Amino acid sequence: MERGDTIAAIATGMTDSGIGIVRISGREAAAVGDRLFRSPSGKRILDRAESHRMYYGFVVDLEKDFVIDEAMAVLMKEPRSFTGEDTVEIQCHGGVLVMRKVLEAALQCGARMAEPGEFTKRAFLNGRMDLSRAEAVMDVIGAQNEYALGASVGQLKGKLSGEVKRLREEILYEVAFIESAIDDPEHFDLEGYGEKLSEKLDQVMGDLRKLIDTADDGRLMKEGIRTVIVGKPNVGKSSFLNRLLGEERAIVTDVAGTTRDVLQETLRLGDISLNVVDTAGIRETEDTVEKIGVKKAYEYAREAELIVYVADASMELDENDREIVSFIGDKNVIVLLNKSDLANVVTEEDIKELFRNSENTSNEESLNVEYRNKLAASMEDDREKIGFHIVRTSVLEGEGMEAFERTVKEMFFHGEITSSNEIVITNLRHKEALEEAYGSLEMVEKSIEDGLSEDFYSIDLMNAYASLGRIIGEEVDDDLVEEIFSKFCMGK
Amino acid sequence: MTEFREKADVCVIGAGHAGCEAALACARLGLETVIFTVSVDSIALMPCNPNVGGSSKGHLVRELDALGGEMGKNIDKTFIQSKMLNLSKGPAVHSLRAQADKAEYSRAMRKVLENQEHLTIKQAEVCELLWEDIREDRQTGNLSKSAEGAGRKPGNPEGRDTSSKETSSRDDFLIEEEEGFCENRTDSTDKGNKNRYLKKIKGVRTFTGMVYECKAVVLCTGTYLGARCLCGESITYTGPNGLQAANHLTRSLKEMGIELRRFKTGTPARMDRRSIDFSKMEEQRGDERIVPFSFSTDPDSIQKEQVSCWLTYTNEKTHEIIRGNLDRSPIYAGIIEGTGPRYCPSIEDKVVKFSDKERHQVFIEPEGLHTNEMYVGGMSSSLPEDVQLAMYRTVPGLEHCKIVRNAYAIEYDCIHPGQLDATLEFRAVKGLFSAGQFNGSSGYEEAACQGLVAGVNAAMSILGKEPLTIDRSEGYIGVLIDDLVTKDNREPYRMMTSRAEYRLLLRQDNADLRLRKKGYAVGLISEEAYQALLEKERLIEEEIGRLKDTFVGANKEIQNFLEAHGSSALKTAASLAELLCRPELSYEALAEIDRGRVPLPAAVPEQVEIEIKYEGYILRQKRQVEQYRKMEKKLIPRDIDYDQVPSLRLEARQHLKFFRPASVGQASRISGVSPADISVLLVYLERYGRT
Repeated sequence: MERGDTIAAIATGMTDSGIGIVRISGREAAAVGDRLFRSPSGKRILDRAESHRMYYGFVVDLEKDFVIDEAMAVLMKEPRSFTGEDTVEIQCHGGVLVMRKVLEAALQCGARMAEPGEFTKRAFLNGRMDLSRAEAVMDVIGAQNEYALGASVGQLKGKLSGEVKRLREEILYEVAFIESAIDDPEHFDLEGYGEKLSEKLDQVMGDLRKLIDTADDGRLMKEGIRTVIVGKPNVGKSSFLNRLLGEERAIVTDVAGTTRDVLQETLRLGDISLNVVDTAGIRETEDTVEKIGVKKAYEYAREAELIVYVADASMELDENDREIVSFIGDKNVIVLLNKSDLANVVTEEDIKELFRNSENTSNEESLNVEYRNKLAASMEDDREKIGFHIVRTSVLEGEGMEAFERTVKEMFFHGEITSSNEIVITNLRHKEALEEAYGSLEMVEKSIEDGLSEDFYSIDLMNAYASLGRIIGEEVDDDLVEEIFSKFCMGK
Repeated sequence: MTEFREKADVCVIGAGHAGCEAALACARLGLETVIFTVSVDSIALMPCNPNVGGSSKGHLVRELDALGGEMGKNIDKTFIQSKMLNLSKGPAVHSLRAQADKAEYSRAMRKVLENQEHLTIKQAEVCELLWEDIREDRQTGNLSKSAEGAGRKPGNPEGRDTSSKETSSRDDFLIEEEEGFCENRTDSTDKGNKNRYLKKIKGVRTFTGMVYECKAVVLCTGTYLGARCLCGESITYTGPNGLQAANHLTRSLKEMGIELRRFKTGTPARMDRRSIDFSKMEEQRGDERIVPFSFSTDPDSIQKEQVSCWLTYTNEKTHEIIRGNLDRSPIYAGIIEGTGPRYCPSIEDKVVKFSDKERHQVFIEPEGLHTNEMYVGGMSSSLPEDVQLAMYRTVPGLEHCKIVRNAYAIEYDCIHPGQLDATLEFRAVKGLFSAGQFNGSSGYEEAACQGLVAGVNAAMSILGKEPLTIDRSEGYIGVLIDDLVTKDNREPYRMMTSRAEYRLLLRQDNADLRLRKKGYAVGLISEEAYQALLEKERLIEEEIGRLKDTFVGANKEIQNFLEAHGSSALKTAASLAELLCRPELSYEALAEIDRGRVPLPAAVPEQVEIEIKYEGYILRQKRQVEQYRKMEKKLIPRDIDYDQVPSLRLEARQHLKFFRPASVGQASRISGVSPADISVLLVYLERYGRT
């Protein structure tokens, strides 16, 4: 389970802000920090740094030999740190790209990417957190892991995942062949096998390198949870957004929508960034310009990680609502039953009914059966709602805004939704795993060159197999034994 | 009728390879031990292949020997050919295999048993285990009789007439009711009470009515329990080789709440040597220099004349006959219900599964020096006799073969070993241990190793001493037992080197260095052998140190030496250890430039060379072992209630409840338990530990 003792992650939110912190924790933290940090005069200083003292200097990229960022670094000796272990924190400029580069440098220098909730877990295990937090810690680990895995695997639909699987299969086949020959030397001959494996490695490593390069091309997403507000015209969408923005909340950026029908804002709710798109009201229309707006609204909705669907509680639901719901039914949705200050004709039950019925009419290919079942189940009893919440608001009066904020935070905390920084993270995770696999195959090449025997190859081949498995969320288990028996006729 | 009672410390049921090791271990530790067998003539019988060792199995025998087992010594006395396999590969996968003279092997082991102090051999079928209900104080681990006192008394539980001499019909036996084992399996924990209730073994009853009271029982029933043999359409209700099956014990085990399952295995035909034409086969000889299995056997004492094995192949004709008669195979016709091993497939399976292979290897191996029977390795089968004869006769050299014994498949009762702790004791029954094929493994060597561990632990529990456990980083035995008790094996389990994740450390050449101390600690290794081991350790360490500290300069003599050995020239001075790392240079070759070398026993330079040559790899594995041990050391309380652990996924919860792992490390290897579940468990245990 544990690949290394020293872990690293970006400790601050993945938004462009003034300062970003990359945290490294574990036995080797000082050594890792020492490798990536230089004093202004170019010296390595962190290994023997004074505890809890800030040092000024630079983060360097070892491989490519250049300065990533100027930064402040602090070494906190155990047990006086958040995790209770030796910890190095690098404070760099808060740009997402910079933080990512610093984190990558830490990984290069011997740390591994922290699992979700791992700092907290360590803090707890090292007695830095009181017992009452245990339950919460377990919840976070459980929920976040399920989610991170889901996000990671979800991202891998199609080409990348197929490619990783193919490479894994090729590697496993070779190990199984070697192992069959070791287990049953009278049946399988390894004469000249090293050369054949070399050729195979060239090809597999070439393919791996291509994958690593794509992971590296730095296609940076707009950070924050992609949130789209939808609803019929005049239900209070724009007022809602104005409310969100108006109340002492910092507007991080203010990007005008690409068309006049769409407005995009980034805002923060506590630790969470929302990247909010306000769309044109959706309704049947013949007007060409309005039609374009509606089409855009749907396009944004399709890409969204969170939908805020605003409905007017004072007016009967109609065909337009059904149309909207049929489109967003498989998304994470918060329904705002707005205008709660007026006489209400729409109840929570009506809304649930609307979503239940949308199942049959939904038209998107992305319909996930499991998700549907969960949703249906969560709507049957109010016990545990997954990806579907209703909040009563009166935007005009400012009522229900706190409930909305709380709901978003809960959804985030329980892993129902996540910001796209998860995507950056999983990308990095993939890259780390790909690099590891590549490194293992290099070791195999070296073993072949050094004239070591075949049983040494399978050690590193198996490591590469395990690393690639992490990308697609698969454990090694008994794969090898299965492969041996299914591909090679063994035994007497 | 009047019951006659005998008293013993330990009863071992079965005298195969597991039973012999278990009984010897107990008796050698000073406990009065009785070993039961349905036939004294079948002690240490080799009912299948005539060899001991082989890839990874050779490791097992070495480890067993290091712990104080008998198998290695016994094969050293009785082998007729010996071969170190995989010599062209790395030292980790070198493995010793010896052809045995089967009859001699069995006879020699019987002699050891017969002359062992504190050991009694008894020919009898044990038909019932006797037990009582007890409770264990959760805090102190103290045992006391159940308050209810209802426990099963040694006696006749249901008024069943156990004294009847009539053998119950097999059909009756086979129609066993499916019981709800899941309920019975886990220890019944009395919530809110500090005690948990379980059973404790009290003795055994034989079919002929004798009762043996004892403190521990080791079950080593092999393939005898509820056995039936299949050869085509004909079915006989016997154990291997036509020996009497054990037909009554299953019921008693089920009554105790033990879950049983059915496995199958098979063996090929034996042929009359005189009917085989060896001129059409390739000869396979033994090694020039014979290496013994046992660390206590003097290599010079066992160099001898060896016999050959022979290699031939099946062909399209053979495969045609098999394919044409598949409907008459009990497996393909669905008569066999047990699960068979994939690594040891019948020739039918090979032909069906690997239909593109044009030929399969067939090894003809002698069964002994004083018999004409030859074993036909690679062609086990359960096809009818006429088909067997036809198919064997298509093989070059076997055209006129005469079959002495038919090939057959055998089905038998065994357990899901998830019911055992790593000590091989049943979690729910104090004092009940089991080993060998009964635990769902396969192979003489696998059985023997478990036998020793189960026997020693039966003894340790009686003596009130620390149990013997071996983890995955200490030996193949550890891998074997851990795999058995934590994995959901669906077929007879066989050892393979690929199952050992730290195999560079677990070599057959260093089994003594790894395990002798454990054997000494439990009392099976003598003081003398132990001191010899310490001396060996010291010599190895010193020699490695010396080679690392001895430097040679880049002078003419050294460069000439290097050139002569096809090695590149030195630029600066280097240590002898650095030179030894070069693949083309050996310890032996370096003698020429190694002025300070003193003569050492052969086993020492062997270790020195391996440790230095593969240091990089070995260090990496040692680091992995450190990580692994951390998790192994995090113990899980025996009475943990997994329903109280929040955020565990359902699948993980179910599997943890079934296997009840002893440590977090063990939990992490159970299928269906994810790293996130382990994190959750760690946090839970931390809280549990702090309150």
